[in-house]
This record gives sequence, structure tokens and C-alpha cells, in this order.
Amino acid sequence: MVKKRNQEKTGTLFLSGNEAVARGAWECGVHFAAAYPGTPSTEIMEEIGEHYPEITAQWAPNEKVAVEVVAGAGFAGARVLSAMKHVGLNVAADPLFTLSYIGATGGTVVVSADDPGMHSSQNEQDNRLMGRAAKLAILEPSDSQEALDFTREAFRISEEFDTPVLLRMTTRVCHSKSLVRVSPRTEVPVKGYVKDIAKRVPIPANSRRMHSRVEARLARLSEWGADSPLNRMEMGDTSLGIITSGISYQYVREVCPGASVLKLGLTNPLPWKLIEDFIGRVSRVMVVEEGEPYLEESIRSRFLVDAPGKELIPIEGELNPELVRKAVSPDSVAAPFYGETDLPGRPPSLCPGCPHRGAFHTLASMKYSSTGDIGCYTLGLMPPYKALETTVCMGAAIGVLSGLEKALGREGMPKLVAAIGESTFIHSGITGLIDMVYNGNTGTVMIMDNSLTAMTGGQQNPSTGRNLRGEPAPMLDIEQVVRACGVKRVRVVDPHDLKLMKQVLKEETGVPELSVIIARRSCIMAYKPLRKTVSVHDPAKCVHCKACLRLGCPAISWNREDNVPVVSEMQCWPNCNLCVQVCPVGALSKDLEGVV
Amino acid sequence: MERTTNVILCGTGGQGILLASEVLCAAAIKSGFDVKKSEVHGMAQRGGSVSSHVRFGKKVHSVLVEAGTADMILALEKMEGLRWTHYLSPRGRLVSADIRINPMTVNTGDAEYPDVDQMVTAKGIPCTEVPVLSIARRLDNFKVMNVALLGAASSLIPDISPDAWEAAIAERVPGKTLEVNMEAFRQGRAVPHQEVKA
Repeated sequence: MVKKRNQEKTGTLFLSGNEAVARGAWECGVHFAAAYPGTPSTEIMEEIGEHYPEITAQWAPNEKVAVEVVAGAGFAGARVLSAMKHVGLNVAADPLFTLSYIGATGGTVVVSADDPGMHSSQNEQDNRLMGRAAKLAILEPSDSQEALDFTREAFRISEEFDTPVLLRMTTRVCHSKSLVRVSPRTEVPVKGYVKDIAKRVPIPANSRRMHSRVEARLARLSEWGADSPLNRMEMGDTSLGIITSGISYQYVREVCPGASVLKLGLTNPLPWKLIEDFIGRVSRVMVVEEGEPYLEESIRSRFLVDAPGKELIPIEGELNPELVRKAVSPDSVAAPFYGETDLPGRPPSLCPGCPHRGAFHTLASMKYSSTGDIGCYTLGLMPPYKALETTVCMGAAIGVLSGLEKALGREGMPKLVAAIGESTFIHSGITGLIDMVYNGNTGTVMIMDNSLTAMTGGQQNPSTGRNLRGEPAPMLDIEQVVRACGVKRVRVVDPHDLKLMKQVLKEETGVPELSVIIARRSCIMAYKPLRKTVSVHDPAKCVHCKACLRLGCPAISWNREDNVPVVSEMQCWPNCNLCVQVCPVGALSKDLEGVV
Repeated sequence: MERTTNVILCGTGGQGILLASEVLCAAAIKSGFDVKKSEVHGMAQRGGSVSSHVRFGKKVHSVLVEAGTADMILALEKMEGLRWTHYLSPRGRLVSADIRINPMTVNTGDAEYPDVDQMVTAKGIPCTEVPVLSIARRLDNFKVMNVALLGAASSLIPDISPDAWEAAIAERVPGKTLEVNMEAFRQGRAVPHQEVKA
């Protein structure tokens, strides 16, 4: 499993920000890492799993567990890292906020990968605000070299100042690649566990002392930050001084090469002395930052200086060079030579052969919909299914279904089931199900078990029988878990057996009891089909009913001239015969000729 | 070369855009340039639009190409190429594969696939259509279309030598497919780029 990246001891590699964080962790001797997948953070742990065997690494069931396990290893004096997407930090907030009081025996770094622009997320939260609320040191790299360098520096700060460090990345730093100078790994010993109750048991008497230490730590870090190379002044034309951090720095340098810039790498606590010095050297100050007015509000309130930021730079969405140019160098704005073209969109859709297609097609055919969750199956909201109508956060499908029934009563319930993937169920759906049992709900929960954490690119989870490194691992038996929660009616069905799927859904939604349907079929990313077969269409039999088209399969399109479906040989998935099942006249069949 | 070269590669999920941009970046690195590239993972790859920004030059800051400054749009799908054309500079060129992939909304009859050729001509955009489908058929391999497209682009990028391209391809494609990929590259490179008619 382990590939060659770690054999490159020195030199220059072309790395993504995520790969650079993994490399940085490896170089400075990290012993242990744990994470739950989430775009745009996933590749950090994948990279560690694939390339750096010296680091013990694992997927955790959720981000809270990941941070707790990392905390324990840190208590033993190991260098530890956890990585998650921005909303994952909400799940991990409970241990993290208190870990901030406890401090770091072994260097402790938590990566938050924020997603401005919501390429693959449900909100745009700016986790610098979370880091500040938790009183953590925050570092913001602006490219892959800094992702590596700041990771190393984060461990130094963590151990020197006895603080967990939040390494705050964003999609464009995580998923862009640039050249990175790398070094060999420096081994550091695990310091060992030393019992220290006053340090690690936050009962109020201890916590009050801990809080004092945290405040003193932040004051010391702010002083230290003024001289640290993490923060730097790049002086040029002093008529305008731009204060910036993270990816925004790169856009500023691109569109305004001559300006004076204060580039902040340590953004909590802020290096007040350095900022004051910079403000004094320029005629006018501006703050360029993506997301919330985090730097702007701090600087305005501290120095009572007019430092415009969000009146010029959008608070919503992702920044880009155009937006930064408009704000800092409006005279240089030129309209693009060619205008934009109004074209049909190309939204994502379920893959050909996707197990979820059978489930959503069946729900839609019964005029049922779902309270949904976070994963590929959120796409159940798309036409032609339109079979998903709420999503909140990981695990919420079950709680939302339950709450609807509390407000409306069973008789008043719309035709809804809860739709949740197995990895999401394990992450935080189980407690929702226990709540349903405990508080007397009826209703049907459909666990869409495709035996893979798919949306994030296909990761292992406790139900797949494999660990991060692809080695065999104990397999969580979801059916037993559901029964142990107290659910009496549990059915397991293949969602591509459309007839049975419909019958089971009818039976389970028809009884006034709580039921769980485990719709189990593997994600197409989880295996290679043994046979190479495609669906073929016989136009002579076709009755032009478009039942096949209503599957919403990307492999099936409609030939309007001949009024018949066309199956794309390149896209058709061998182990799927949904179109064969829905065709009422047998015009579609699976071609078994030339079977390999 | 003081100026930064800006390329946008685009297409749909699963077409090999990300590999093509890896090859381009590797070739630019071998030619001694600073290189940055940016792409979006996740939800976008479930059959949706996929794009990758590649920038190389003496020193590159922004990972994103600014609208109106691209030297080239490299499209593996025709409509996706058209979608990005406002990023082209007045000197830029659209290099597009002759491939049409319907979005789901067109499959279901909720939208019309546009007449891309007519729209590109109407906008006066210099365009090279690369017959990647026939190249792929000739070579009996549908996975080399991205490299064939790169071949066509390569003759417009004099700063990257054929040797650098070859080394980059060798580094990035699976060993047993190297020869067929090299042949696809050569056939793509032979595609002529016509001047746009006034």
C-alpha cells in the first residue's frame, strides 16, 4: 500500500496543500494522526496512509472521536495531528475547546479545511472565529510551501507554548498545487505519559488556573508573533498598506505587485505590535480577507483606524483575482474580451450503477420523499427523483424525521422516510436512532449502506472491513447495532431489486412502528466488475414510454429523431440492470455476448 | 519568459482532466518554470463540470486565472469549453475535443444542448477542434483522448519542448499505456491550428 513519496528525502516536489501538510507532519516526526473524511481536508489523512508508514494513522468514526484519540496520544507525549473540514470542527468542538485549556504535552495540531464558496459544503463558516473562541493559536498558510512550513512551525509553537494549534486551510490552499522544498524526517521520541491531574482534569478549581494560563499564553504568543517570520511586512508604495492572510495574500500580490503588504501567518493571537508598526508606515490601510471580517474587526477595534475591508471585499463566496483587483486596484479593471455565454448547467448526478438510484427511484415511484443527510445521496433531491427535501448536518436525517413526527403526529406526517448513508449513520446517526426508540417514535429510517464513504472519494469506515491503509479490520454489523438500539423491525434489501425494494418500503411505512431498512449494495468505486456487459436496446420492441429515462441514469439519453433511448456503452455499468427492470416491454436487456 | 502563461482545462467528471493538467504541470516544471494549479474536488466530480487552472512563468502568485487573461482553454467537452471562453484573452485560443456529453437536463429533455460550433464562430473565437475521437478509435483506446488533446495544445506552447512533454507523460501515465499515450500525443500534435477568418 505504501507508495514512494517518502523516498524523496530532499529536493522539490509538486504538492497540493493537503499533501504538503502530510509531508510537514511526517518531516517533524509526527507519531499519530486521526481524522474523519470531509472535503476539502480528506487527502491529508489519505496521503499519510499511503506514503508515510512511520505515522500511525486511522480513520475515526467522527471528528469528535478523532480529536479525543489524538488528545490521548498527545497526553502520552506523542506528536499528533487531526484533520477535518470546517463543519467537522463543530463536531469536534467539545473536546477541542477544553483541550485548549489542558494544553499540549506532545505537539498537537488540528487542521481545519474551510470551504469558502461552498464547492462541497453546506455552509461557509470561517473557522478563524472558532479558533479564536477556543483560544487556540491559528496559522494560515497561503500555498503548499507554507502548508508544509507552517505545519512544522505549528508543532514547535504547540510544544513551546503548551497549546493546541489550529492550522486553518481553505479549499484553494488544500486543492491547489505548487512547488515545495522537502526535507527528511526528524525522529523525535514519544515523551511518555506522566500523571498530572491538575493539568488534565478540568474540574472548576483546576479550570480556573488553566484559564489564567491560557490568557497568559495568548499574550506571550502575540508578543512572539511580532518577531516571527510567520508574519512579515513587504514594503513598497506606502500610499496604501494591505493587511491580508491565507490565499488572499496571493491574489493581492498578483494584482498589486507594488503595494505595501502585511502578510499575517499567525492570525490568533494577532501580533499587535507588528500591525501597529505597519499602520504607522502607510498612509492608508485596507484589509483583504476571504469570508468574515475577522482581521478587519480586530484591527479596527484595537487601533480605531479606518481599515476598510468588507465594504470592498464580499463576505460571501470565494475570493479570486478579479474581486481583489476591483477592491485594491479599481483603475486596472478591464472587462474580459469575450462575454459570458448562457449555457445549460451541468450539475453532478448519481453515477451509472449507483446503488442509491434504486432507492430514490423507488421512493419517487411511491410518491415518497426523505429527510436527507450528507453524502452522495444528497443528490436524491435532483430530478428526476426529487426524493429528498431536508438536510442539516451529519446525522440529522433521523432527528429531523423524528421531530417532524413530534410536531405533526403520525397521522399528520408527510410521506417521508429518513435517508442516511452507513458512514453518516455511524458518524452521528446512531444517537438519533436511540432517541427515536427511547421517545416512542414511529417512522422509517433507510440506511443506504454502500460500504464506502463515497462522496469524499471512497474511504474505508468501520462497516467496510478495511482500515485507512486497506488492511483487514473488524466489520461493524449495522443490523446488530440497529437491533441493539431497540428497533424491532429491521429489513435488509438490495436497492437494485426494485420489486422487493418497493414491497419492503410499502410494508415498513405501512405499520405504525419504528422500522429500519438497510438498503445494501456496494458503491461502484468499491469493486471492479468481473464481467463486461452493457445494456442494449431493441428499438423494434420500444413503446417510447421513457420509463428508462426516468431513472436519471447518465448512461441513458433520448434520441429525439427516432424517439428511442440511447445507452452509452462507455458509461453503462456492467453490474446494473435497473433499466432492464423498469422497461415494461423487455426492449432493454443485458448483452451477455463477449462476456469476459 | 516574464509573462505568466494561463491555461484552463475543462470537461466533465471522469474524462481525465486532472491527469491532463498533471502532465501539463510536470512538463512546465521540467522546462524550469514556477507552476501553480488549482482544481475543485468533491461534489463537482459526480459527472458535473470539472475544471483545472494551470499557470506557469517566472514567479506565479495566484492559483486562479483571471477572466480575460487565459492563453488557452483546453476542453475535453465542447459545451464546457464554450462555458469558459470569457476567460480567454484577445490573443487566446479555444482548443476543443470533438466530444459532446449531454448534461442530465438535456437527457431528460429539460434543456437543449446548444449549437456550440455556431456560437463559437459567432463570438469570433479562434478555435481548434481536435478529432480526439478518431484518434482514440485508431489507437483502440478511449483513455488517451486527454493526452491527444494535450498534443494539440503542445504545438501552441513553444516554451515547453517535446522532450519535456515526453518525460512528463512518461512520469504520469501507467507504464504499460506509455506507448499508446505517446502515439496519441504525436497525433494530437500534428493537428493544425487555423487562423480565425475575419
